[in-house]
Amino acid sequence: MATTSTSDAHDDHAHDDHPLPHGWRRYLYSTNHKDIGTLYIIFAMVAGLIGFLLSFAIRLELQNPGIQIFPALSAVLTGDGSVDGAKNMYNVFITAHGVIMIFFLVMPALIGGFGNWFVPLMIGAPDMAFPRMNNISFWLLPASFLLLLSSMFVDGSPGFKGFGGGWVFYPPFSSLAGTPGPAMDFVILSLHVAGASSILGAINFITTIFNMRAPGMTMHRMPLFAWSVLVTAFLLVLSLPVLAGAITMLLTDRNFHTAFFNPEKGGDPILFQHLFWFFGHPEVYILILPGFGIISQIVSTFSRKPVFGYLGMAYAMVAIGVVGFVVWAHHMYTVGLSLNTQRYFVFATMVIAVPTGVKIFSWIATMWGGSISLRLPMIWAIGFIFLFTVGGVTGVVLANAGIDRALHETYYVVAHFHYTMSLGAVFSIFAGFYYWFPKMTGYMYNETLGKLHFWLLFVGVNLVFFPQHFLGLAGMPRRYIDYPDAYALWNWWSSVGAEITAVSVVVFFYVVWEAFSKKRVAGDNPWGVGATTLEWTLPSPPPFHQYETLPRISGSDH
Amino acid sequence: MTGGGIPANRSRYRAVALSVTAGAVFMLGLSYAAVPLYRAFCAATGYGGTTQVAKTAPSMRGERILNVRFDTNIAAGLPWSLTPETPTLDVQTGETKTVFFKAHNASTQAVSAIAGYNVAPEQSGAFFNKISCFCFSEQRLEAGETAEWPVVFYLDPALEKDATMAHVENITLSYVLYASDVTRAPADEHKF
Repeated sequence: MATTSTSDAHDDHAHDDHPLPHGWRRYLYSTNHKDIGTLYIIFAMVAGLIGFLLSFAIRLELQNPGIQIFPALSAVLTGDGSVDGAKNMYNVFITAHGVIMIFFLVMPALIGGFGNWFVPLMIGAPDMAFPRMNNISFWLLPASFLLLLSSMFVDGSPGFKGFGGGWVFYPPFSSLAGTPGPAMDFVILSLHVAGASSILGAINFITTIFNMRAPGMTMHRMPLFAWSVLVTAFLLVLSLPVLAGAITMLLTDRNFHTAFFNPEKGGDPILFQHLFWFFGHPEVYILILPGFGIISQIVSTFSRKPVFGYLGMAYAMVAIGVVGFVVWAHHMYTVGLSLNTQRYFVFATMVIAVPTGVKIFSWIATMWGGSISLRLPMIWAIGFIFLFTVGGVTGVVLANAGIDRALHETYYVVAHFHYTMSLGAVFSIFAGFYYWFPKMTGYMYNETLGKLHFWLLFVGVNLVFFPQHFLGLAGMPRRYIDYPDAYALWNWWSSVGAEITAVSVVVFFYVVWEAFSKKRVAGDNPWGVGATTLEWTLPSPPPFHQYETLPRISGSDH
Repeated sequence: MTGGGIPANRSRYRAVALSVTAGAVFMLGLSYAAVPLYRAFCAATGYGGTTQVAKTAPSMRGERILNVRFDTNIAAGLPWSLTPETPTLDVQTGETKTVFFKAHNASTQAVSAIAGYNVAPEQSGAFFNKISCFCFSEQRLEAGETAEWPVVFYLDPALEKDATMAHVENITLSYVLYASDVTRAPADEHKF
């Protein structure tokens, strides 16, 4: 958005008509998209830290064969120090880790955090379309998070605390047969609340993007991050209600004698898997698409070039969203689909590699011939492209029903989806965080420390997940607390990677603390001429209300 | 859409928000509609080993002979036994066969039960036709009662033209008997 006719006049207005809220009122009652975005980011950091600690406990347990860590953990947390209690708690931890990282780290950070902060700024809007709905979208999340955490400490399977069936909640383990205790009901209600929060947020984003673009900001001039949030919002609106329906059926099966998934009365547990993955597969694109948007902005900024193939990039995301709805059964190759059904899902799944390839090659083409500066956000973005591509390649391997028959529920799958999510989505979060941190706070962090954070996390997570490909190919199944000695070598290295990752987490929080304590002023635009989107025309941090005079967009320099 | 956002234009906001909400509600409805649709889909295609229901015997015989095996299971909490008169049976396609299952209630009170069933391999569900079966309705046995229940079925000769059936020599017809709600928890009989 190179050419804007705004003057500086829009910076220093708006504070005269009413006093700014401050203290706890500013945040609890907030209707300001930037404050709500900040709340989302802080929430994601807290939840992400908890989710990380859960996975760290899992890796410490798996560092050596045998059961070492969880009996003590279980004794402290639930008072049951037995080996069976430890096994149950291990499965409760993997479940909570998955749900937290998806619903309380990646979605709040990318959609609620960066989406709220930068979609209005990038399209030249003064705020979101429904500011008060935005407030309730956020405050539903802590309630939902508390419900999920509570579920870990109430009765689940007979004699145990918490629900340990994984984030996919397949019946019969999640129905009364497997988990008669209320832990599963807590999880279901938690997801209902989180889903309501996301759907309200999605309605808000769609209305904002359709109605509040500044004059001249046509859809085809809109920055790719705004495009990515728009596509994500549509995926949320179309997929989350299906999850809500499926878990509501599960809830009524559990509490009100319905029989949707109960074969005794003519129900079918496989139907739950179909409904779940009809939501679940679009959900993984919900997690990664905003990351795609962020990476596009960063690669363009630090290559000092417009994004290569802007329209192709925008419509590749639309294509990924559309095709993402018709590939769900590739998660279910082993349930007994007919051969022709499997053939279709193999083909449809592989088709997704085409728009994804368009994106990867367009990022590379954007860098090609660009005036590249390897500032910190760019390093994270390049790291993202590399890691996501590795995850994408193993995804094409797993798309084959014949190969999946052997690799289903092994560590190969774990490695695949962590390369796309834990490494892909999380690297895009950090890339966006370091890209926009100066804009959000007005302060510049220490880039050298930030690079230390990058390299520690890059080496750490690769060491965690690359050996898991070997473990999976060797047949090590997921979701077990222990393993035969034959798998000891690569499990040990994988856990060493988790320890390096733990150091990187400490470095990250130190970087943030250091930036706030040193108070280096970042300036309106610390990234130079490549940063062409509208948020860089505002001061850092932006004023409480911006664009009282709407910017006029005439160029189309994405 | 062109970029012309004047923030005071609330009716357009409402229109977009309402259509998106309608989309979400529609998808929620669709998730519930999936339940009967899925059942109809299974019944029509034999997906998941769902057997077909036929009214009349087939008009002509086919050529292949397949071996049909009978498998019976009793769910926990049901004091019954169920045994087929023969463990396996050779069946020519298009030939109508009747097999009797002997059911016995070993408890001292009357119990009702209903059977869940399918065939394996699953693609044979589309060609496995039942003309009558005890599994179509709830069954009741008095204390200590023994009954003989017939299953009348045939294999559709159309399976000879289906490539996925070419290497199938054995089909297993499997039953699981579950105690009905009525007998298990009489105080608790709700209809939802």
